[in-house]
Amino acid sequence: MIMTPTSNGHDWTIDSVREALADKRISARELTAEFCQRIERRNPELNAYLALSPERAYRQADYLDGLVARGEDLPSLAGLPLAVKDVLSTKGIVTTCASHILEGYRPPFDATAVERLERAGAILLGKTNCDEFAMGGSNENSAYGPVRNPLAMDRVPGGSSGGSAAAVAAGMAVAALGTDTGGSVRQPGSFCGIPAMMPTYGRVSRYGLIAFASSLDRVGPFARNVRDLALIMGTIAGGDRMDSTAAAVPVPDYVGGLDAPVKGLRIGVPTDYFAEGLNSAVREKIEAGISLLEQLGCVRTALRMPHTEYAVATYYLIATAEASSNLARYDGVRYGLRASGGTLMEMYRKTRGAGFGAEVKRRIMLGTYALSAGYYDAYYLKAQKVRALIARDFAEAFGQVDAIVTPTSPVPPFRLGEHASDPLAMYLADIYTVTGSLAGVPGISVPCGRTQGLPVGLQIFGQPFGEARVLQLAHAFEKAGGAQV
Amino acid sequence: MKITREDALRVAELAHLDLTEAEIEMFSRQLDSILTYVEKLNEVDTTNVEPMAQVAPPAASGQAAAGTPLRQDKPTPCDVVSDVLAGAPDASPPYFRVPRVIER
Repeated sequence: MIMTPTSNGHDWTIDSVREALADKRISARELTAEFCQRIERRNPELNAYLALSPERAYRQADYLDGLVARGEDLPSLAGLPLAVKDVLSTKGIVTTCASHILEGYRPPFDATAVERLERAGAILLGKTNCDEFAMGGSNENSAYGPVRNPLAMDRVPGGSSGGSAAAVAAGMAVAALGTDTGGSVRQPGSFCGIPAMMPTYGRVSRYGLIAFASSLDRVGPFARNVRDLALIMGTIAGGDRMDSTAAAVPVPDYVGGLDAPVKGLRIGVPTDYFAEGLNSAVREKIEAGISLLEQLGCVRTALRMPHTEYAVATYYLIATAEASSNLARYDGVRYGLRASGGTLMEMYRKTRGAGFGAEVKRRIMLGTYALSAGYYDAYYLKAQKVRALIARDFAEAFGQVDAIVTPTSPVPPFRLGEHASDPLAMYLADIYTVTGSLAGVPGISVPCGRTQGLPVGLQIFGQPFGEARVLQLAHAFEKAGGAQV
Repeated sequence: MKITREDALRVAELAHLDLTEAEIEMFSRQLDSILTYVEKLNEVDTTNVEPMAQVAPPAASGQAAAGTPLRQDKPTPCDVVSDVLAGAPDASPPYFRVPRVIER
């Protein structure tokens, strides 16, 4: 059955929530209760949330209701019902990365992005399902069961941030945080028919983001419209003393720039993204989306980005190498699962063998192999060099254009189980998202029509730290009816 | 075959992973097909290309605050031992307890 995201009752936005609180049309406590009920109703079939945090949510709601009662100013995101991917640390609230190896783990601190949103008035409803350690593109690699796509219950919601995307699309949250290493925010946004943003590498602090691939990992938002994405970006972006890679580049007024005219902006369309493997119905919608941007006055330029076809191979060597190193910390000593073993080494091996799922083990194996003596130069070093060439493709493109426009995914949302037996086939579907991940640039996926009821996403890449331009284009596209092309 | 059963066992040993017979068989086969695929990188001429280990931070020029600033190396109070040990599967405050490593 195909459902629309609007079939879940009142469509709250960040501003309408804040205004309703300020005008006393609803209290933060009532709003929180409403969302808890929605979750209770929908989550059993969707499996988008892994854990709920009602105590923390009501504590925040009471704080906000106190501000209203005293007639004080409300913070910018007051009352925003928020879902957070379970790879982001939340103090005292179980954070598992959808893995058995972290079962029951309660972090002693909050991720910076979560802390900043709560300080701005957001209400944390709970933690969302995802592929284990963010490794996957379908959410089927969760140790706690797959998530269903609220728009088509027999389909995957995308991944790895599938729970966050599904929660927003089903009206179980007004916005959500996900993480994007190779497409894990943009692709589920595309599959669930909502806008979703991957910021520039270094734009948002990674403090409290449980590491998968440190040179690629980013925190990014899902929302029901681009304006809400801009509001969240303005709150979470910027330097952080807890993450030296979070660049102290000034954060512009993203919302203020949304309505700037897009007429005359040059949009690059790389022919390399429209080669074999692109589903013809998706291609048709993306072409219609590009035509819409042209009608808005954007100037279309054909581009070549010749290293695109090497991006998947490059990504899966670099990401798995970094993962094999990052995941070495799960050894049964400091947190999570411990299996019993007579010696320390035996305990390590048994804990990791029992705690990790198949996809995580597969990637640890691949990454360990690529970094091992005798293979390092041939695989890891080679991939790092090709990564430099992929980044150069982007830098050269941005010498000619203001933004790059592509499909987010080569295919519409697929059926649960459809690709489960062939990991390589699954990896190849990441072709359009991993390029921007490797280059470090920002990207957004914005709804671009439907094919047989299934949503298609248009991806817009911008220059490093050029989120404002990306949001501006996506906003213009959305306002012009991009979701209905 | 690039990946033999022995290769898979060696990699599992390096990665401290206890694998079942079925996993060893499956991962050998899957890693073999993935590594065959990534060979396509050999088509790319990377002569004189510097490897990219991380995304370069924005140049500090122009914007005083840009780049990736380091904070001063000054100790600050860090009283987290009990919080940290609360998550340990086997704690003996102020330590983590593990199977015996050093024989008498």
